[in-house]
Amino acid sequence: MSKINAALIGSGNIGTDLLYKALRSDWINPVWMVGIDADSEGLARARKLGLKTTHEGVDGMVPHMQEDKVQICFDATSAYVHGENNRKVQAQGSIMIDLTPAAVGPFCVPPVNLKDHVGKGELNVNMVTCGGQATIPMVAAVSRVQPVSYGEIVATVSSKSAGPGTRKNIDEFTQTTAGAVEKVGGAKQGKAIIILNPAEPPLMMRDTVHCMTEDEPNQAAITESIQEMIREVQKYVPGYRLKNGPVFDGNRVTVFMEVEGLGDYLPKYAGNLDIMTAAGLRTAEMFAEEIINGTLVLQPEVA
Amino acid sequence: MNLNGKKITIHDMSLRDGMHAKRHQISLEQMISVASGLDAAGVPMIEVTHGDGLAGASVNYGFPAHTDEEYLRAVRPHVKNAKISALLLPGIGTVPELEMAADCGVDTIRVATHCTEADVSEQHINKSRELGLDTVGFLMMAHMVGPEKLIEQARLMEGYGANCIYVTDSAGYMLPDDVTQRLMAVREALQPETELGFHGHHNLSLGVINSLAAVEAGANRIDGSAAGMGAGAGNTPLEVFVAVTERMGVETGVDLFKLMDVAEDLVVPMLDQPIRVDRDALTLGYAGVYSSFLLFAKRAQQRYGVSSRDVLVELGRRGMIGGQEDMIEDVAMEMANAQGVQQ
Repeated sequence: MSKINAALIGSGNIGTDLLYKALRSDWINPVWMVGIDADSEGLARARKLGLKTTHEGVDGMVPHMQEDKVQICFDATSAYVHGENNRKVQAQGSIMIDLTPAAVGPFCVPPVNLKDHVGKGELNVNMVTCGGQATIPMVAAVSRVQPVSYGEIVATVSSKSAGPGTRKNIDEFTQTTAGAVEKVGGAKQGKAIIILNPAEPPLMMRDTVHCMTEDEPNQAAITESIQEMIREVQKYVPGYRLKNGPVFDGNRVTVFMEVEGLGDYLPKYAGNLDIMTAAGLRTAEMFAEEIINGTLVLQPEVA
Repeated sequence: MNLNGKKITIHDMSLRDGMHAKRHQISLEQMISVASGLDAAGVPMIEVTHGDGLAGASVNYGFPAHTDEEYLRAVRPHVKNAKISALLLPGIGTVPELEMAADCGVDTIRVATHCTEADVSEQHINKSRELGLDTVGFLMMAHMVGPEKLIEQARLMEGYGANCIYVTDSAGYMLPDDVTQRLMAVREALQPETELGFHGHHNLSLGVINSLAAVEAGANRIDGSAAGMGAGAGNTPLEVFVAVTERMGVETGVDLFKLMDVAEDLVVPMLDQPIRVDRDALTLGYAGVYSSFLLFAKRAQQRYGVSSRDVLVELGRRGMIGGQEDMIEDVAMEMANAQGVQQ
């Protein structure tokens, strides 16, 4: 089967973890990795695995995108530079899967709304944040049973798994996640909190999701909906688990999740990488399928 | 200890850290009355916000009686001389809330991170400086790392633009020597014009002596609370600290008797429970656990029938840090399940 050539922009934790997953894809063929640091470990790994690399940012790759038929780019840099990266690769006829919290394009949380993105001709979709990918399916699992007036998520990741991009963008993380708790999760009001915990050995990613239902929660229906949604997420992140709950306390519904990664790049504690990269890849594969089927036609801008 | 002639700035926490003890339910009238009293007593700095800082309002930390904006706008016009500060924890609060606080007329922004995570404070410290505010970098749970790590993290915050760095004993775990070691090291590492502060908790009844050790090591800003009203066994009881410093010849500019009256006549009557070193608060200090976990652990005990002390010890063992209140219920459920299996 033919695959669609793809580029990974950003050679940090997310980009490197994504590289390993993309190499296993039936639809995506990673051919480029873009960094800004010649000594980056991610770039060295990519070169070893046969990818072309540049440490001169997107500008180092753009002149080669046509001949290398790059049609899908993943941006794993930071919200601050995403806009420029996006403009440059779209001019070359590539679509953009945005793994930064820039939120330029519509949000995509695959088990909740991937199919809404089919056939829309979107050229940029945003993967929210790792915390969003881990929690919004749970908010949606409650809100599809009954109205949720307020959804709040607490994402805790190990310090070692939070790279400089995440740290510089911590406001964008909370704002983007809170926005997607509303727009994708279906809560009328959303709030997001992120904690970086430095414990050694590093803690596995934990996510707590609090939903306030408008009326008394239908416990049986919500519990079943949550279990079903967990199975959906587990299709692409096998280590996504319910640790405790659901707790029903008045109109509060709380679930305590744990996300174990596959250990592709960072060890298994860094489930926050996996849930983001696996979601990004799942989304890209859907677009790749559309490109291969001819339902999505990409064209570079005429210079 | 000779502190004679030192000048220090006292910063009252009763209307921010005290919010933990009040489950964030302090009324606007109480805020105004305490803030006015502190101001009249010459306390030069007063912090006002949700206990977990700007935007702390949440299921996780508790919904307050009023928004941060309502509190700040209510208090500001009644405080004539003191500076008003607002706390912000990156990951909870964001720059727009900081701008809101500035618009409400706060003089000082304190940006608080865990003691190893200072690099999440860049956006907020930058913005606070850009707005021309007195800007503090606040390193929490500072007992968990040694002086070298604190130096590195303090320098990051100083580099982003903080004009004052705090070493914060959020768990009330430090012994006086721990304070001396850390404060001296950080003092030496910072630019001479950068101020240094200490924020203590009274879980081992060491709030006053630790604060004195901090002053001796070069701190010039000291946090405390009228009547100690704060998380855990409270903050350094301010009226006690001021009495001691006055005896030692330290200049605070605070009128001791007026401050004593604020504590006794305004703050103590507000308390829902005595601020004291009870079994759980002592456990916080003994096991090095974030002080605001106290009331959550007590509630977990009620709901799940597990010992709040055991829950707190387990949270400490797991290395839980400030802001991880969600893990209290999680750990309590896990312990309750395990007990159920045993029975």
